[in-house]
Amino acid sequence: MFVGWPLLSLVIWTPIIGGILVLATGGDKNATEARVLGLVIAIVTFLLSIPLYTDFNANTAAMQFIEFHDWFYLGSWKIYYHLGVDGIAMPLILLTSFMTVIVIISAWEVIQFKAAQYMAAFLIMEGLMIGVFSALDAALFYVFWEAMLIPMFIVIGIWGGPRRVYATIKFFLYTFLGSGFMLVAFIYMASKAGNFEILQLHALKLSMKEQILIFFAFLFAFAVKVPMWPVHTWLPDAHVEAPTGGSVILAAIMLKLGAYGFLRFSLPITPDASHALDWLMILLSLVAVVYIGFVALVQQDMKKLIAYSSISHMGFVTLGFFIMWTIFTHTGSYKGAVTGIEGGMVQMISHGFVSGAMFLCVGVMYDRLHSRQISDYGGVVNTMPTFAAFMVFFAMANAGLPGTSGFVGEFLVILASFKANFWYAFLAATTLILGAAYTLWMVKRVIFGAVANDKVAMLTDINSREFLFLSLLAVIVLFFGLYPAPLLHVMDASVANLVKHVVQSKLPVP
Amino acid sequence: MEVISAYVPSAVLNAHTISQLPLALPELLLLILTSIILVVDLFVNDKTRGATYILAQATLLGLAALTIVTFSSKAQLAFSGTFIRDAMGDLLKIFVYVITFAVFLYSKNYLKARDLYRGEYYTLGLFGVLGMAILISAHNFLTVYLGLELLSLCLYAMVALQRDSSVASESAMKYFVLGAIASGMLLYGMSMIYGATGSLDLAVISKQAVVAQHNIVLIFGLVFVIVGIAFKLGAVPFHMWLPDVYQGSPTAVTVYLGSAPKIAAFAMLMRLLVDGLGGLHVQWQDILIILSVASMAVGNLIAIVQTNIKRMLAYSTISHVGFLMLGVIAVSKDGYASAMFYTLVYTLMALGAFGMIMLMSRFGFESEMLDDFRGLNQRSPWFAFVMLIFMFSMAGVPPFVGFWAKLAVLKAIVAQDMVWLAVVAVAFSVIGAFYYLRIIKLMYFDTPQESQALEGATDLRVLLSLNGLAILFLGFKPDLLLALCNTVLR
Repeated sequence: MFVGWPLLSLVIWTPIIGGILVLATGGDKNATEARVLGLVIAIVTFLLSIPLYTDFNANTAAMQFIEFHDWFYLGSWKIYYHLGVDGIAMPLILLTSFMTVIVIISAWEVIQFKAAQYMAAFLIMEGLMIGVFSALDAALFYVFWEAMLIPMFIVIGIWGGPRRVYATIKFFLYTFLGSGFMLVAFIYMASKAGNFEILQLHALKLSMKEQILIFFAFLFAFAVKVPMWPVHTWLPDAHVEAPTGGSVILAAIMLKLGAYGFLRFSLPITPDASHALDWLMILLSLVAVVYIGFVALVQQDMKKLIAYSSISHMGFVTLGFFIMWTIFTHTGSYKGAVTGIEGGMVQMISHGFVSGAMFLCVGVMYDRLHSRQISDYGGVVNTMPTFAAFMVFFAMANAGLPGTSGFVGEFLVILASFKANFWYAFLAATTLILGAAYTLWMVKRVIFGAVANDKVAMLTDINSREFLFLSLLAVIVLFFGLYPAPLLHVMDASVANLVKHVVQSKLPVP
Repeated sequence: MEVISAYVPSAVLNAHTISQLPLALPELLLLILTSIILVVDLFVNDKTRGATYILAQATLLGLAALTIVTFSSKAQLAFSGTFIRDAMGDLLKIFVYVITFAVFLYSKNYLKARDLYRGEYYTLGLFGVLGMAILISAHNFLTVYLGLELLSLCLYAMVALQRDSSVASESAMKYFVLGAIASGMLLYGMSMIYGATGSLDLAVISKQAVVAQHNIVLIFGLVFVIVGIAFKLGAVPFHMWLPDVYQGSPTAVTVYLGSAPKIAAFAMLMRLLVDGLGGLHVQWQDILIILSVASMAVGNLIAIVQTNIKRMLAYSTISHVGFLMLGVIAVSKDGYASAMFYTLVYTLMALGAFGMIMLMSRFGFESEMLDDFRGLNQRSPWFAFVMLIFMFSMAGVPPFVGFWAKLAVLKAIVAQDMVWLAVVAVAFSVIGAFYYLRIIKLMYFDTPQESQALEGATDLRVLLSLNGLAILFLGFKPDLLLALCNTVLR
């Protein structure tokens, strides 16, 4: 029924224009109108994004829901307004539109200062992030990619914690520097291809030297976003200082943008360089998984702990993406490669829900006690039993308990790693222990035990609004944990096609 | 002496010359109207000063309209080849007229509040515009010099407009002395080139430059000409005057100085280096690369430590000049068009940023420190947003047009296989982003020292809002301007 609708444009521009409308509601005296309008727009956007799933043809790897219009000439190069999604991008768009609804609900009474600007920032950010996932012209991609920084910069800076200014400027400059190199790489490739069309860049022949340089330019941009060790240091700062909604969007979606970049750009455009440098990527990923896992263990601040756990989990994602060549040398076939990438993808989606939920849980406690220190809590289960149930459940998902979505992705990646190299798998599997250790230890100290102090004794359990968004997330985490097939099904064709493309050398034939 | 006759403009007003007068009609009209305004101003007092203002504005709008109507799509020479009317010149002139119109509008209340609302500002401003127009249309070293000096003399006097301010007098003096030295250098360079080519006519010089590429005298002259241009643009290491003059002048003069004359300086760069000495591009390319990288480095790094926003914007200008030179360094049609696009976009952004300072200033309060922007979002969210547009656009963040300007220049550079230069430019842009972000930080994240909303005349508020929206709108439709730049340089 949606044939012929510009669905992607609708899900991009509805929240952006809606965000401007929300801004127009004016100052804090109309805060309720701003909230209601913001929620309505977020829900409409989510509903508009559902046909992307229902009308999606999972049997083809080709781009779907294509919108292709001329934009303008940059000198002799034409820039297009070209949108489209495949099985890799589409689930991420749904994740974005869903999480924005959750964030708007979670901010309802919590944000009192400039509520309209807060709602508007998240709506505009939603549109821009969906734009990143659906852009098929590198210049358009870059516009969305950078523009997205502006609302996030403002969200952290206005509604963040005490060191928010430091954190937000660090966040902005880190990302901006990384993207700058990517921009130069785009321009260089466009000077060879004649335009910025991503699918044409995929087919571009590049020499090894060019590929290596372009690979590193992409690595700068995407590794910062993922973030990979050692350029991860902005993330704990940004997470700790950001308001709850900012942390949720950062963890649930912004980190995925970097990983998405690897799939959309690094692997298909520079396959030979990726092959030559896969050891580096595997090394960085394993460092993230193991070392950052240990770092998470010693954190005193709950948000920081979850931030480090995010970095560690994202290490899994990049490991899954770059393990294909080792699998090939080991087993002589590329069958396991699809498993690795799909594992990474599932891990991305699952981490979006789980880490978002974890940050929301911390937000719920922070709203009551205004502290994120683990030591300020203890015995929360006695005063907030319903909340404790949710928190324990999400913590289990974060630790990768079978039956939750966190398990599926980790399991697939570890499975693929076994095909590659026992030691990769061994190191990656330490996360099952480490992840369980830092998450459950935190839960033990915060939730269980005797009531630690008077403040905890006075806590009230979650209200119906908080119950609503936590239960929505819990249902999804459980659903994908028990039945991941719908997720895997849509990405199968696209991932298989990606692997087929990547294993072919792009070096010019001498 | 046939060579001599080629450069000496015919002093006799023969029939041929008169038939060419319509080509210079806008300039002639500007001269006549400005002289009329000069006389009219003698008969108005401070209460009726509005007459001078309205006449000046009407003159600028009328000239812009006239230039649009008589837009010259092909190059036509006049007055023995000393004057050229072409599409590039016409487009730049239209921008000069319109931007000066905005400058006069922005500065009206500022001048009133400081007892500077006098006829001199407008007549000097208009004579300066005449100088810019001549400079843009110059096709002979003499015309270049004539236009440049007419512009510079007006600027020197305007900087000193606030007679009893010692800072303003100091910067006027500094500007005058350094400007005079630069003019001297330029003249010296021109005399060298005359010695090598035997002509002051850019058409003759451009032919000679191709054959005499390795003539040492010619290259010697080229270096001095570049010094003159670099001074006018404010490129490192000839930038010393710029921060002091920007800071010392009344903001109404700074906004004049920081906007339209940059367009004229760009035209001078194009006329002298590309039209005239294009044959020597191998030589000037290297010189410009050094100037450009140095400008981006010094401008961006020193801007970080500034506490005065006018001074900060001065260093930001220096860095932008470095960036726009990259387009010229590319030595291609695309490159020139991108440099032109960059110049026009930059002028629009600088205009808005200085306009913002004037909107925020009141009687007895200059609002030129960075701290004065503290908490603007809580006082006037709309104007905080407008300023945010200017700052992000200057930093080169999409979707604002400043990003496309940077992209166009980078594209031109990369197309000439100078990828390393693009990487350097991008790296300095990231450093530069910091100080623009700081303004946004002050406006959005800090608490205000005072709570009342910004006041200001309606016309100023409307035009400033339009200025900001233009930057946003051009970000979505950059081709409106970019295609124009490409067309006029074809």
